[in-house]
Amino acid sequence: MAYQNIFTQVQLRGELEAGVPLGPHNDARIGPFGTSWLMGKLGGSQLGPVYLGKLGLASLLTGFIAIEIMGLNMLASVNWDPIQFVRQFFWLALEPPPAKYGFTANVPLNEGGWWIGAGFFLTASILLWWGRTYVRAKELGMGTHVAWAFGSAIWLYLVLGFIRPMMMGSWAEAVPFGIFPHLDWTAAFSIRYGNLFYNPFHALSIAFLYGSVLLFAMHGATILAVGRYGGEREIEQITDRGTASERAALFWRWTMGWNATMESIHRWAWWFAVLTTLTGGIGILLTGTVVDNWFLWAVDHGFAREYPATGVVDPATLPGAPQ
Amino acid sequence: MNTLNKLVAIALPALLLAGCEFGSKEQEQVGFRGTAMVQINDPDSKAKVGDIPAPPYELTAEMLAGDRASTAYENVPVLGNVSVDEFNYLMQAMTTWIAPDGSNIKDAGCTYCHNPENMASDEKYTKVVARKMLLMTQNINANWKPHFAGQVSGGQENAGVTCWTCHRGNPVPVNNWSTAMPEPGNITGKKYGGNTPAKSVAYASLNFDPFTDYLAGKENIRVGGKEFPTAASNAAIQSTEKTYGLMMHMSQGLGVNCTFCHNSNNFAKWEDSRPQRVNAWYGIRMVRDTNNNYITALGDVWPANGKGAYGNRRGPHGDPLKVNCATCHQGLNKPLGGAKMLKDYPALKGAAPVAPAAVAATPAPTETAAAAPESVGAVKPVA
Repeated sequence: MAYQNIFTQVQLRGELEAGVPLGPHNDARIGPFGTSWLMGKLGGSQLGPVYLGKLGLASLLTGFIAIEIMGLNMLASVNWDPIQFVRQFFWLALEPPPAKYGFTANVPLNEGGWWIGAGFFLTASILLWWGRTYVRAKELGMGTHVAWAFGSAIWLYLVLGFIRPMMMGSWAEAVPFGIFPHLDWTAAFSIRYGNLFYNPFHALSIAFLYGSVLLFAMHGATILAVGRYGGEREIEQITDRGTASERAALFWRWTMGWNATMESIHRWAWWFAVLTTLTGGIGILLTGTVVDNWFLWAVDHGFAREYPATGVVDPATLPGAPQ
Repeated sequence: MNTLNKLVAIALPALLLAGCEFGSKEQEQVGFRGTAMVQINDPDSKAKVGDIPAPPYELTAEMLAGDRASTAYENVPVLGNVSVDEFNYLMQAMTTWIAPDGSNIKDAGCTYCHNPENMASDEKYTKVVARKMLLMTQNINANWKPHFAGQVSGGQENAGVTCWTCHRGNPVPVNNWSTAMPEPGNITGKKYGGNTPAKSVAYASLNFDPFTDYLAGKENIRVGGKEFPTAASNAAIQSTEKTYGLMMHMSQGLGVNCTFCHNSNNFAKWEDSRPQRVNAWYGIRMVRDTNNNYITALGDVWPANGKGAYGNRRGPHGDPLKVNCATCHQGLNKPLGGAKMLKDYPALKGAAPVAPAAVAATPAPTETAAAAPESVGAVKPVA
């Protein structure tokens, strides 16, 4: 039972470790701060040191400004009543400008200007954080895979909030900030453009999303299942025979005739995750710009089935009908 | 496992299921297989029809053939042409429907509308309103058959409407709406017309007043486009959300799912929709006609809030309380479960359409048809 676990069973405690020394042109790190039993249940028990640096500081600052703009607008919308702010929080929104302003920068603050402002600072924060993942990876002599995977998510974010509204010529196409409001936006977006489920790139995105989940479950389960043989220590076991790693590989070869390797499974996971938002972004970008009704497009292109008509006629097309 | 873990293991799934409706559901396939065209109902949470008041007495052919009301009463421009017996019968029924005797409504009974000293007098505004409402009921029954006798019920006799359909013993129908207060010019209190847990749109964050633009105004409800973008396909997401809000109201007001009318594979497409969607299309226009040409047309007859004898008849914005789908339907796709109430009240049927307009599919009433016979607006009533 000891190895069949959800939380980390072993916590290493010792001298706090600062990590490798930093090269020139780096800021100082902050910490290490100490150890945490709770964090040790989820990951490493040592907290810090953290490298904040100029990018990190700028990212936190712009992110804070963005969240402040959103939060204060929402608080204002309930007449600055903190109790109503909490009660209605999931409904509250900061909405993009209405369609009449098109895609211009000159929008009054109370009619969506604040939304543009919040979006600007949020985007700045995200891009600065991206730069941070890139620079820190370089500094550690790593590849920049994390940065590019994050970049794929940023692509979808930018398509939704900036690139597509720009191509449509209207801020009104963008997503509001808010919990339920952005979900209602999603449903309305799909209905407006003839059902996004018939958008092949949306379909690909879903396939990669669900594929990511499946791969994550398979990989996570496999590694935990060989935990009793030290399977989590992947590197030294990749080439050794009779190890946890080999058993894990054999399990999949026996059950499905073929197995990923300790290295390739992560390549699979990376590509599936990256392609989820990459294809999703393409699908969103094509919506309304190239295709206005995905169902009709899909039927026209043999991608969806046309069901037998019910015989209903649009009453607005009948002679003399009230409009 | 210790006791605490066991307790959590039992309590957590129970809590997660707490929002579910237990018991068996009724389901009915309403479209092509594999398209999720199914209506699922929980019989326990379905809206109830309730008791329908019986007619005051039996209306015989002899009674119907008797002297006209105009020969016996003064100031009866709308019902002057029905018999005295039927006139009294209807007045008695209207009392039961709107301000029943013995209820705790102020001036319940005849005096809710009439001055008992002079029944012909129009001094009570409620009488002027009631006259307009009679015209409205006749207009709905005579001219809006496509809404309730359209493609769905075929050639069957339709249920029609009476005062009871909406009023249910209340001077003001319980389900009504008025224009929401305008948005403030600054961000304090600005909700962009939605983003509020509002009952009118089933607690979604959608626009909570989809009524002003769609059920009084004639703004375009259609948002779905053709296959490729055209100059005409300019409906913004924000107007889509407003349409969505109206649809949430309709779904809630009728106690049905989206698939009662639409095929969800493409909400906009008529060829794949159910015939109920056509009924709804006429219903929207019927409601606009009712709101604009009858309720709002009464103008200053509606007392200002705080000034009326019987409580407020206007919303916060000053416009009168108006009707939407729920006013009649009250949670059922057929109001009163489709009970054929109108047949007992022939005076409410109204005049048949002047010209037999029914050509091919459905007769096409116009929304301005009914404003004519008399003007009871703000002007002095007929003496």
